[in-house]
Amino acid sequence: MSDTPVQTSATVLTVRQVQDYHAMTLVAPAVAERFRPGQFLALAIGGEHTSRLARRCFGVHEVKSDYGGTVEIVFADTEPGTAWLAGRRSRDQVDLLGPLGRPFRLPRDPVTCLLVGGGPGGAAVFALADTLLRRGCQIHFVLGGPHAKAVFGSRMAQRIGDSATVTTEDGSMGERGTVRDVLPRVLRETGADVVYGCGPTGLLRAVTQAAGEFGLPSQVSVEEFLQRTGACGTGVCMTCMLPVHGDDGVTRMVRACADGPVLRGDRVRWGDLGTIPFDALGAPRVLSVSEGGSQ
Amino acid sequence: MSDRVRTTLGALELPNPVLTASGCGGTGRELAQFFDLSRLGAFVTTSVMAQARAGRPTPRVTETPSGLLTAMGLPGPGIETFLERDLPWLIEQDVRVIVSLAGNSVEEYGDLALRLRHVPGVAGIEVNVACPNVEDRGRMFARHPSAAAAVVRAVRAHARPGVPVLAKLAPDVTDIVTIALACVDAGADGLTLINTLEGMAIDPGTLRPGLTGVSGGLSGPAIRPVAVHCVYQVHAALPSTPIVGVGGVASGLDALEFILAGASAVAVGTALFHDPNAGPRVLRELEEALAARRIARLADAVGLAHKPAGYVPPQVRPQEPEKETL
Repeated sequence: MSDTPVQTSATVLTVRQVQDYHAMTLVAPAVAERFRPGQFLALAIGGEHTSRLARRCFGVHEVKSDYGGTVEIVFADTEPGTAWLAGRRSRDQVDLLGPLGRPFRLPRDPVTCLLVGGGPGGAAVFALADTLLRRGCQIHFVLGGPHAKAVFGSRMAQRIGDSATVTTEDGSMGERGTVRDVLPRVLRETGADVVYGCGPTGLLRAVTQAAGEFGLPSQVSVEEFLQRTGACGTGVCMTCMLPVHGDDGVTRMVRACADGPVLRGDRVRWGDLGTIPFDALGAPRVLSVSEGGSQ
Repeated sequence: MSDRVRTTLGALELPNPVLTASGCGGTGRELAQFFDLSRLGAFVTTSVMAQARAGRPTPRVTETPSGLLTAMGLPGPGIETFLERDLPWLIEQDVRVIVSLAGNSVEEYGDLALRLRHVPGVAGIEVNVACPNVEDRGRMFARHPSAAAAVVRAVRAHARPGVPVLAKLAPDVTDIVTIALACVDAGADGLTLINTLEGMAIDPGTLRPGLTGVSGGLSGPAIRPVAVHCVYQVHAALPSTPIVGVGGVASGLDALEFILAGASAVAVGTALFHDPNAGPRVLRELEEALAARRIARLADAVGLAHKPAGYVPPQVRPQEPEKETL
């Protein structure tokens, strides 16, 4: 096993519609054997002579060793790139980079873990759940979405988890409300030792806040932010920056792809996402013309 | 690696003509996960400034047809951290390092060049003149022959003698040749053509500009014809000045196009975001393209498009490649 990512032309095994999303299974043994939960893949879209140059980044839902090693991603069809992916068929080739980014840190001892997922990002907590279960951890799920079809993996969560709480904003499945509403109660009832989160940044912020109130560590994957802002997945393009404060208390702009996507929730300045906080390292000191210019 | 692709940029000899474009290769560590950096002709760093800069807030990039529009705001760690952390690592990789410099004033450029003067392992300096000139109402240095020349002069004066200084010029000017001439007169040993083109995209969803910086720099294959034209024009005016061709190089044939227009080397930029292995791949494809055209040496192809139709460069005898494979 090696830590370095690979670039490979992966063969599409299946593309399935799962509720509101598409699940794509790709044959990529070299990626599957290197993968650790929390890492992501960067896919080129549009084929060899594409006019779309940015890669699309996706968390991994499941890694399997059958068919020589497959990885599965789950995505919503929201723009021409993901629409192209959703249109792939068995035996098509997709240029894939992976596994990329930093994985979830795993507990050394079998502890009780709360896994929180939202939307298609919730798919990535299942790869983590597999690993945690193998380590003898107790796992509880909280999954949320605007409506029943937007909640990914509720049945699987019920099957493999010690408990599974589902929330929908319209009440079409589980409890009516948002993940934020149920988190304190679930944290109390389960006695979780650590909280993991993957999904929209609003959800991650709620996870961090709730974990903080209970004095628990939280690890969150900013995969959704990466999907919106990233272009390369490898760390060279510097477009997926978000403010994170370090041990020394200094806020730095870090890359969601290469420095994440898994970050300590309490380190991310959620309220300042999409800005350069004035106290961040290298932030503009004065409002001056120096902000213009190319590159 | 064959000698066929050996090239020079003034005093700097390169084993091959494929460089990374400034700002597109990160610190080098990210690409090193995918290939050995020493396979590159040279690694051009992200523009280094005097102070650490966080750059602009996200979104900093928008995908456009065959291109990317970026407004990064020149993020970087500043020269101090660069010299301590990034440059020594690059030199350890056994890759020739061309350091790109950016500043807000002529003095800042000069100071940066001075900081590099006694640093061993700097193979060349690229001067990014596409910066706003704080002393001149924020107008970009690259837009004015005298401003661009002043920067080049300051860098040349402070840089170590013998280390080539390349000026990287912006394409959206009235006449790039005038600016190229001014830079060469001021002591530039070579030119990097071109920087990004200014552009803008509006998000039909939010009904607002797609970038926080409103306008940004367009890069990628979309700008290649503009870049090739700039290289062609400048090579016609300054045939003995080495040129690094940049702008949408994504394949070996793209690289060849720049070389035929007059570039002695090419830099791969946006393609690295799409394919981290683009550098070695472009080189391999370029070698194949030269072999297929029976062009003996890369140097014979530089500026070939300027020659009258019917001119045949020195050719490799047809049986020669077969001998090589034995």
